Amino acid sequence: MKLRSYIGVIVTAGVLAWGLASGVDHVVAQPQPAAPGATAQVTPDPTQPAAGSADASQGSAQASPPVDQPAAQGSAAGADPKAATPPAGAAAAPAPKGGKGWWELLADRPISEEGTYWMPKGVNRVAHDSDGMFYAVYALSIFFFFAIAGAVIYFTIKYRHRPGHKAEPSSGHNDALEITWTVIPTLICVFLFYYGWRTYVKVVTPPQKAVEISVEAWRWSWEFTHQNGLKDSDLHVPVGTPVRLVMTSRDVLHAFYAPVMRVKQDIIPRRYTYAWFLADKPGTYRLNCAEYCGTDHSQMGKKADGRRAVVVVHEPGGYERYLADANVITGTPEEIGAKTYEKKGCISCHSVDGSAKVGPTFKGSWGTTIQLAGGGTAVVNEDYIRESIEVPSAKGRANYASQIGSMPAFDGQLKPEELAGLIAYIKSLK
Amino acid sequence: MATAAFQKKYPDGPDSEPCYLDIHDGKPLGTRIAGWLLTLDHKRIGLMYLFGILVSLIVGGAFALLVRTELWAPGQTIVGQDTYNKFFTLHGAVMVFLVIIPGIPAALGNIILPIQLGAPDVAFPKLNLSSFYLWIAGALLLVGAVPFGGLDTGWTLYTPYSLESKTPVLIAVMGVFLLGFSSIFTGLNMLVTIHKFRPQGMGWFQLPLNIWAIYATAIMQVLATPVLGITVLLLAVERFAHIGIFDAKLGGDPVLFQHFFWFYSHPAVYIMIIPGMGVISEMISTFSRKPLFGYRFVAYSSISLALLSFLVWGHHMFVSGQSRLANMVFSALTFTVGIPSAVKVFNWVATLYKGDIRLKTPMLYSLAFLLLFTIGGLTGLFLGILAVDVHLHDTYFVVAHFHYVMMGSTLVAFLGALHYWWPKFTGRMYPETLGQICAWGVFIGFNLTFLPQFVMGSRGMPRRYWDYDPHFQIFHQLSTVGAFVLGISIFIAVIYLFGTFRKGAPLAPRNPWGASSLEWQAPTPPTLFNFEKPPVLHEVYNYDDLVEVRPDVWERRAPIEALPSEVAGTAHAHAAADAPKRVAGEKVSWTAPVESQAATEQAGLSTDAPKAAPAVDASEAKPATASLDDMADAPVEPKSDDKKEGES
Repeated sequence: MKLRSYIGVIVTAGVLAWGLASGVDHVVAQPQPAAPGATAQVTPDPTQPAAGSADASQGSAQASPPVDQPAAQGSAAGADPKAATPPAGAAAAPAPKGGKGWWELLADRPISEEGTYWMPKGVNRVAHDSDGMFYAVYALSIFFFFAIAGAVIYFTIKYRHRPGHKAEPSSGHNDALEITWTVIPTLICVFLFYYGWRTYVKVVTPPQKAVEISVEAWRWSWEFTHQNGLKDSDLHVPVGTPVRLVMTSRDVLHAFYAPVMRVKQDIIPRRYTYAWFLADKPGTYRLNCAEYCGTDHSQMGKKADGRRAVVVVHEPGGYERYLADANVITGTPEEIGAKTYEKKGCISCHSVDGSAKVGPTFKGSWGTTIQLAGGGTAVVNEDYIRESIEVPSAKGRANYASQIGSMPAFDGQLKPEELAGLIAYIKSLK
Repeated sequence: MATAAFQKKYPDGPDSEPCYLDIHDGKPLGTRIAGWLLTLDHKRIGLMYLFGILVSLIVGGAFALLVRTELWAPGQTIVGQDTYNKFFTLHGAVMVFLVIIPGIPAALGNIILPIQLGAPDVAFPKLNLSSFYLWIAGALLLVGAVPFGGLDTGWTLYTPYSLESKTPVLIAVMGVFLLGFSSIFTGLNMLVTIHKFRPQGMGWFQLPLNIWAIYATAIMQVLATPVLGITVLLLAVERFAHIGIFDAKLGGDPVLFQHFFWFYSHPAVYIMIIPGMGVISEMISTFSRKPLFGYRFVAYSSISLALLSFLVWGHHMFVSGQSRLANMVFSALTFTVGIPSAVKVFNWVATLYKGDIRLKTPMLYSLAFLLLFTIGGLTGLFLGILAVDVHLHDTYFVVAHFHYVMMGSTLVAFLGALHYWWPKFTGRMYPETLGQICAWGVFIGFNLTFLPQFVMGSRGMPRRYWDYDPHFQIFHQLSTVGAFVLGISIFIAVIYLFGTFRKGAPLAPRNPWGASSLEWQAPTPPTLFNFEKPPVLHEVYNYDDLVEVRPDVWERRAPIEALPSEVAGTAHAHAAADAPKRVAGEKVSWTAPVESQAATEQAGLSTDAPKAAPAVDASEAKPATASLDDMADAPVEPKSDDKKEGES
């Protein structure tokens, strides 16, 4: 009898699971009317038609924020912003010379990811469905766990050994029952797979029009290159616009992981991998490396003040101003050098306070004579620094011989101002 | 009768010859040590394995506690990044390769499986010993990486990091290579033993489910482990000779390594869990006093898990850059693995129904297994769903999930099985109250450790992080406290188990649990060849005529009905056959079992004797000098399996 009531419970579980799995799809289908097909023309924003004239409004982004769209398709946009710097300062905090730009202050804001008990805030519009799947499976799991645990505990108490109690004979098998509890999990699994797959296709298929940002990862830094050539170590993206990341690694495996976006993708050397998202809530969010990459895996993109790399989702219009303002290098060479030290990730291996890290410290190195791994000596001067940045393995230090080859070559990666800035910065670290 | 020197040390020990632990009593120390190190006896090899595995468990556990201590607070707590990376690498490598994979098949399987089959030993005793020494060599190399700087690649050895790492990867992968061979040898031995050493009348569906599980495991060990060997060899060649295989800089493909690695390591997950399922089947049935519900479904599900496990490796790589088509196929196949696992759980639960449940320590571990495995299995659903996995992959959610399966299920099953069979193979009883306290400690400590990790994971805490966002701290601290409760409980359990070897520890009866499988008919501890007289077969998981005559002492009362096919069986004959030298320089000096027939009839299970007699007679037909190896090679008499399967 008891066994029969458990059949009932399990059948109910199956029906409920079906209901949940299909229910999720109904719920999420409404806010996402776009077809889930691979080549869906996603029109993320009603302002999309305005995009055609976006190039023209690039310089005066703050004037009409809701209309503004990034010029995803306009290669001309890359050239514009340099000339269009001044207006940016009018709306947001001006970038003080040597101080932090307004975009950097945005990145320094505390992380705002408050979500539910189980999940951080969901910011990627296309991934809200996968949260729905999570909760559906969660409900299913809770149900099955309590059904099974309940049965275990109930049987254990009811049939526990005590004087006078004996095992009663019961059938050693019951084909109907066993087929039932084989078929029902099978059906549940079929539904879970199907909806999981459908949602996944939506989550990984980017629309044809998207802002493309190329991502390069190395131990232990990020570099995001925007379409106007701007390079940064934090990821700045517009709100309400699809963003497509084209990613590669300079050394080992890394993985791009922004928890609020529910996006994760391994980054592989000498190969491009892709990720995309459509952020719908401005804010500052965590950006993690999710594939183990060695010493500072947990601190990829760490800044001088200890903060990690972040994803900044700009208010409408903010991204265009960021593209313009951040692309201009301002400050004294030393200030530029200090920023470059942070942005290019020198900070992850070279200290400026004399402490030992993976590579030699910058402090007090200027003008000293060092022993080279290949024999001989060298003086730390402008030329030595330039060569060591561009081709790090050329003149490795004897006392860091085992690390030669760890540092990626920056040949052609730095602007002249940045290189000169780094030299000036190292020079200043007495 | 027995030799004059024979002294019966155990109440239910052998009557006519020393037990396998005592065969060298009174010999010089050198002989006694050689008697262990050069033994071909499966129980002695198994015990040495067990000792090595428990030591490794403590080493791996110590690394785990160091990792958890470091994670008490964000940033540096006790060690820096590089040391932390070495801690979690060694924790993973030691636990996977040295503890969980060999834990049940090579240690407990070695000790128990032949006795459970009613056989005198495994099919290839020398292969068995060489498997143990390969394990020792592999373990030394793997742990030997520590004095050379320690390994920092993670146990998964992903390229190209493992190609560029400055740590002694070559030494460690050679260790893994040897451990792989050790595992293959064990699997091969088990396969042949199960095929060829089953006694007359023990058809496939008369096998205890533990044997089915070890059989399924052995299939995977033999078929999957060579891929691991090839993979680490390629890795070594590439590191050593810079041939481009996995290194993108040399034109290789880093993701290829992941395919190779998981082609082994996913079946390896089932190499770890299926033996756990097997011992759980034994314990749940015994302590419920009920035959296992749906025996055939459970048996088939072991085999189907073993086969399906070869087809799902790609689910470790949903975000690795493999194609979406591959993702779809692997996700679909992954769900098929869930079904046999679910069926097993339902069958175990149904076995409890109308039982007479005795909450001894092994049963507490079994019930803990049921709950923990359910959580581990259900959280696997999240990870099998493509859309959800993208968020959860490589976070603490995955860490918690596989610890629920590997630790919460396999290791809990291992601890349960250790308590279950400990009285049989050591002849000593462990302290029951302390055992139960530790079982509760393991259960509570485990959940405290890993439940918070699910929350951390779904909130986006990536794994293998030395430093973390401060808002995760409370979960990390709960987890660390739990890890210490868990660690201390297991440590106490290991200590009191070895403590049972002290003088004056309580000795174990022949069948303390009232279990029905054949090993409980052997003396406690067994003789060198396990049985003094051939065990008597009866229906598997039949408890009807087992009676508890005193607390923890069970005997078969009602006459046992012989199975129709059990006539003049020869499969047991070699149990009684005289064997030549088993140990270098050592003559086995007890008398032939035939002479002791009368004695055993009186001392043992009197009702069994008439049926056993023909089997013993048959043994006389064997040449008296036939060694065990000879017998393994000798043509095997046709068995009546097919007939049996047809009937049942």
